[in-house]
Amino acid sequence: MSALELGSAIRRGEAGAAEAVAACIDAAERDNPRYGAFLCLLRERALARAKAVQARIDSGEALSALAGVPVAVKDNISTQGVATTCASAMLERYVPVYDATVITKLEAAGMIVIGKCNMDEFAMGGSSETGAFGPVCNPRRVTHVAGGSSGGSAAAVAARLAPLALGSDTGGSIRQPCAFCGVTGIKPTYGSVSRHGLIAYASSLDQIGPLARDIDDCAALLSVISGPCALDSTCVIDAPFDFSRQRPENLRGTRIGLPRNYLARGIDEDVRAAVAGAAREFEAAGAAVDEFDMPLMDYMVPAYYIIACAEASSNLSRYDGLKYGYKSPAAKTLSDVYRLSRSEGFGLEVKRRIMLGSFVLSSGYYDAYYNKALQIRALIKDAYNKLFERYDMLLSPVAPTAAYALGENIGDPMKMYMGDIYTVSVNLAGLPAAALPCGLSREGLPIGFQLVGDSFSEGKLIAAGRVYQSRTAHHTAACGGDAL
Amino acid sequence: MTIDNKLLGYLEDLSCLALPDGEKSRLGADLQEILSYMAKLAEIDTTGVAARSHPFDNVNAFREDEALPSYERGRILANAPAKSGEAFIAPKTVE
Repeated sequence: MSALELGSAIRRGEAGAAEAVAACIDAAERDNPRYGAFLCLLRERALARAKAVQARIDSGEALSALAGVPVAVKDNISTQGVATTCASAMLERYVPVYDATVITKLEAAGMIVIGKCNMDEFAMGGSSETGAFGPVCNPRRVTHVAGGSSGGSAAAVAARLAPLALGSDTGGSIRQPCAFCGVTGIKPTYGSVSRHGLIAYASSLDQIGPLARDIDDCAALLSVISGPCALDSTCVIDAPFDFSRQRPENLRGTRIGLPRNYLARGIDEDVRAAVAGAAREFEAAGAAVDEFDMPLMDYMVPAYYIIACAEASSNLSRYDGLKYGYKSPAAKTLSDVYRLSRSEGFGLEVKRRIMLGSFVLSSGYYDAYYNKALQIRALIKDAYNKLFERYDMLLSPVAPTAAYALGENIGDPMKMYMGDIYTVSVNLAGLPAAALPCGLSREGLPIGFQLVGDSFSEGKLIAAGRVYQSRTAHHTAACGGDAL
Repeated sequence: MTIDNKLLGYLEDLSCLALPDGEKSRLGADLQEILSYMAKLAEIDTTGVAARSHPFDNVNAFREDEALPSYERGRILANAPAKSGEAFIAPKTVE
């Protein structure tokens, strides 16, 4: 049952919100030791809330299409009174005193948060292996990574432990785990979903977005969480999205660009074939698919990592061992408190990125690295602007490979970073992108593609995704249990 | 660009970290490899290109200055590793 079908059943009285919540939490308690998708489950709190929401639904109150539906939330999204750890020892005991705006919006829509999802530490990683509390295992094959950094969110949806989840995407962190786990996700336009309460990694790139079994459920959840926010001045959208009318029967008149050079080298043959198959499906649905060469491809990953690490080194300077977070018991002086607490509280990948950020921002290297990366970012944004004069959207792979084995790449940061080659430019330009499953590798692991659109063109991407998923069944493959 | 021990120590200071020796040598080697790759950006002529630090060109967004209740001090202090009354506790910095 999809999230929208569940919401509909709850409104009709054919299912109960508490029953749905209990089913998800029962399944998660049973299966989470296999997957590591959740860092905490909120049984009592969620059931109490489900009963309150049910009473409002029963009294005839129209909350939303997703009222009563359970949702899992990545653990870098602040939840009042519930530990929000970013999968870091630094924040293991941190309990926010306020809710992120997206949590307030979920609750206003009558949705019920059932737990907090595992992730890469501070969202820094592409495999959900860098967290302090253990890795996320891919429900399609538990010996393999779930992708990252929103790996717990993707695994929870793929394993049917939750019908919906929230993740965050700084350089592909929603799209890549969706591709690895065979679920659907959207990285919204920068400025369409409030970042208030999202624990910052790289503020000019971070964006919260939905993960679900299909594009319809993603669209419904994005409608709930999008919209202006007085507490985030970068949230520039005028009103929440409404995708109710984006339901074309075909894609005649839609122009789709396919970056030839993305498919030419450094990509697994199975991924290339699956993405080419998706392109043929769009052509069969009436779209005009045209190949082009994506400019600046070789410069996207270095520009992204310079900018992301620079912003991270600044954002993570707030962890001082004094106001909240981990404090080293060995610290005697103020300098010790800062240095030892940060050294013991952060994991290796976080320290690597902080050091890298400190380097590119330091005197003598700022112009050659940070400022240069910002100029490349401008060129990338300009290149996308020109492409959207020719195309309605771009179709590309999400990642060069399907999911790899746990531990296979964790010791090779360059290899991990290169896995982001198709996703990071979208964040640099602030664009929306939807990731959808499009097949399996010869090993039986999911493969995904992404549709990238111009700013605030989510409606076009969702319309195309709806047509694609109405013609294919890649998104319907289940694994693990089915709580609902 | 060579990441030597002197530069690594400087970056440790800037980052407010105190790395154990094993981590320090490992991160030094990683940074060397990553920065060598990033030097690729020098291949692109960016003369006259304005740096873009944000996806949009918005300069600022003002809202009304509205007084709202603050969060309760005790709940905020509950997250502090060391506290006393209404204050965070930090080691003494002056004699």
